[in-house]
Amino acid sequence: MDYEALRFIWWLLIGVLLIGFVVTDGFDMGVAALLKVLGKNNDERRVMINAIAPHWDGNQVWLITAGGALFAAWPTVYAASFSGFYIALMLTLFALFLRPLGFEYRAKIDSEIWRSRWDWALTAGSAIPALIFGVAFGNLLQGVPFYFDDILRLHYTGSFWALLNPFALLAGVLSLLMIVNHGATYLQLKTEADLKARSEKLSAVLAPVCAAIFVLAGVWLFLAVDGYSVTSLIDTNGANRTTDKTVLISAGAWFTNYEKWPLLWLAPALGVAGFLLCALASKTQRHISAFISSSLAIAMVVLTAGVSMFPFVMPSSTTPAHSLTMWDATASETTLMIMFVVACIFVPLILAYTAWSYFVMRGRLNEQHIRDNSHSLY
Amino acid sequence: MDIVDLSRLQFAFTAMIHFLFVPLTLGMAFLLAIMESVYVMTGKTIYRDMTKFWGKLFGINFALGVTTGIAMEFQFGTNWSYYSHYVGDIFGAPLAIEALMAFFLESTLFGLFFFGWDRLSKEKHLAVTWLMALATNLSALWILVANGWMQHPIGSVFNIDTMRMELTSFSDVIFNPVAQVKFVHTVSAGYVTGAVFVLAISSWYLLKGRDLPFARRSFAIASAFGLASALSVIVLGDESGYELGDVQKVKLAAVEAEWHTHPAPAAFTVFGVPNEQTQTTDYALKIPAVLGLIATRSVTEEVAGLSELKEKHLQRIIRGQEAYVLMTQYRAGDKSPATINRFNEVSADLGYGMLLTAYTDDVANATAEHIAQAVEDSVPKVWPLFWSFRIMVACGVSMLVLFAAAFWHSAKRTVDKPRWLLKFALFSLPLPWIACEAGWFVAEYGRQPWAIGEILPTHLAVSQLSVSDIWFSLGTIVVLYTIFVIIEMWLMTKYARLGPSALHTGKYDLESPANVKEA
Repeated sequence: MDYEALRFIWWLLIGVLLIGFVVTDGFDMGVAALLKVLGKNNDERRVMINAIAPHWDGNQVWLITAGGALFAAWPTVYAASFSGFYIALMLTLFALFLRPLGFEYRAKIDSEIWRSRWDWALTAGSAIPALIFGVAFGNLLQGVPFYFDDILRLHYTGSFWALLNPFALLAGVLSLLMIVNHGATYLQLKTEADLKARSEKLSAVLAPVCAAIFVLAGVWLFLAVDGYSVTSLIDTNGANRTTDKTVLISAGAWFTNYEKWPLLWLAPALGVAGFLLCALASKTQRHISAFISSSLAIAMVVLTAGVSMFPFVMPSSTTPAHSLTMWDATASETTLMIMFVVACIFVPLILAYTAWSYFVMRGRLNEQHIRDNSHSLY
Repeated sequence: MDIVDLSRLQFAFTAMIHFLFVPLTLGMAFLLAIMESVYVMTGKTIYRDMTKFWGKLFGINFALGVTTGIAMEFQFGTNWSYYSHYVGDIFGAPLAIEALMAFFLESTLFGLFFFGWDRLSKEKHLAVTWLMALATNLSALWILVANGWMQHPIGSVFNIDTMRMELTSFSDVIFNPVAQVKFVHTVSAGYVTGAVFVLAISSWYLLKGRDLPFARRSFAIASAFGLASALSVIVLGDESGYELGDVQKVKLAAVEAEWHTHPAPAAFTVFGVPNEQTQTTDYALKIPAVLGLIATRSVTEEVAGLSELKEKHLQRIIRGQEAYVLMTQYRAGDKSPATINRFNEVSADLGYGMLLTAYTDDVANATAEHIAQAVEDSVPKVWPLFWSFRIMVACGVSMLVLFAAAFWHSAKRTVDKPRWLLKFALFSLPLPWIACEAGWFVAEYGRQPWAIGEILPTHLAVSQLSVSDIWFSLGTIVVLYTIFVIIEMWLMTKYARLGPSALHTGKYDLESPANVKEA
């Protein structure tokens, strides 16, 4: 296998990890974000929390792994995106701090105020990262203001507030709503009676809204967001020459991949279809279908962003030539190869034992079960 | 304070708080697996209750370990972006493997450990617990492979075109002797922490005369596990000393306040007051030959002193200056064979040349003063290392004595342990944490001025952030962590006081009818 193929595989693998993160951690974040919305009393909120209690921690490792894989496979992208989006990343981090504590500590003290505080902590801890990840993608699509100096030190020239532009905020709202919807579809699978009915209703409304925002964002991207294209030849088999290419910014450039390979239109199309199917399935109480179509939809949203930008992963608006692409911001061939082998061994294993853990914990939860096991459950 | 100081402060704070929770997780995971094994083998429910009760405390601790761990993984990118770019090709791999191989397994099984009791057979649940413990330790292995590489970077080479270090031999990185020794030393320290924790709290129940059968069994398991672990920490600590003598001479010299090279075999300074001005150790109490034996395993080899090491650094900084200048020329377009050949000759000292960038932007024309300053700063301050090392060792020895006494009384099956022993155990509760923090301080502060030993200076490794950005993040982290730690300690104390009654099985002292009224 040559360097070029490995680079392409790692673009796919990073995508797989990100999709793994939104599909698995997405639903537990969604459930936690809905605590105060769908849970009318403590028992109901405990049903919601315990529906995700055995799994949220494993799910969150998709995020940790995506971070680690970014570090190993695309070190310069990891360095540039994490330090460039510093304040946004810190806010995400502060929010993520709250989740393990909320899950583990909430039921440890029998007090209404204590529980309510942790409910808010869980809501914030889940909703804020969902929002910020969307905002970050929205900004990646518009280019990020950074450049490298002569020893390849990264300098970020933007401000935190500039990240909060209308297009990025729309992407943030889409990200938040699709994750909330995903949480609602999971609750359809794991709860009974009122809670289940409320989740169905919510998805029936929310999923079409997600579809609409997704389409709107696409139209906006086409009409008003300039894309990037590489105009020099990149040696896809050679050492990274991250700053030596020429890059053109032009209207509609994010759509050139679709012109070249029309089959790619399947990604956004399946995204929209997934949301619509999810709404339909929720209405007709086909809970498994609702969850699967929601998973499909959010996976396709991530994929759409990825293929639109391909081969870019972090375009630079300050010095377009310094944009990071999946050809020239990667780890060495040796590291990519080792990490590829490691991923081939462990990703299937992870999927296997994760599936087993869901199988062990299968079935719906109700309030009676919570009351009967009050001291051992969250 | 500038961005370098602030970034270091933030890293030190987050790492040290993170490591309040890690060692207990490492140790408790195995203790839980041992307790549950006894349950499965004997069928006695008291051992299941032990697993569940100590598991509750484990969970309270684990949550904050996860919380503070997320910060660790993000921080390399957020605050150390040049570091991430410069060594990510090597350093990123063990971190990613840690997540794929260990952290996924640990986190998935963590859920089943707590919620799978009624859904899994006894044997399957036991397997879950053991695998969770194993994964926790595998996690530590990969993190220490990464850290070991920072201390002793091997298996990699500088690539001038990509302007970073690149991996040449992954097996060298994994079997890095520093990493291997550190791994066993660190996980053993974790086992000791878990054992002291269980021993101290069980002793408290025994002192109070509460839940005696439960407390005695916990005491016995902790004392046996603790004794084995404490011996392992100390033996492996000694092995670390040998590795330092081999590959991290500066750290060893600073830890031992070896200002000058003395004729072999070097003496070990038990106590003294290091004096940076005079470059001597006042009131030194020395044992002849011991340091030579620890560090070189011989009586004829010398242990290098700081002043001699600095002389070597001077030579390397001068060569490094040349390497840095050639590197700049090359990157500016001068790709003549002469430049490349000469660069390859001196490139091993490039890191030393980079040290100069802390004092001047114009490395080519660095003055003699700049160079002298760089030499002076090429070794860490002595007294913080000298003292934290001795604090660590003193705690370690004290815990070894504790476990020896505790194990003796457990093995003799003394029904009523002597009160002095129980009090000794109770008051030893903070010792493992003090030892762990002091040990990490030695490892990390002792590496200064380097982020990656002799390759990348700390001051260059930071992200180019604004001071206010880092004040914001550091301030918020300090406030949040303080609140979290207070909540955690409070919950921990509350549940430790409640004891096994927290399980609501109806079998334990605080739940019996006589006590319900009291409570």
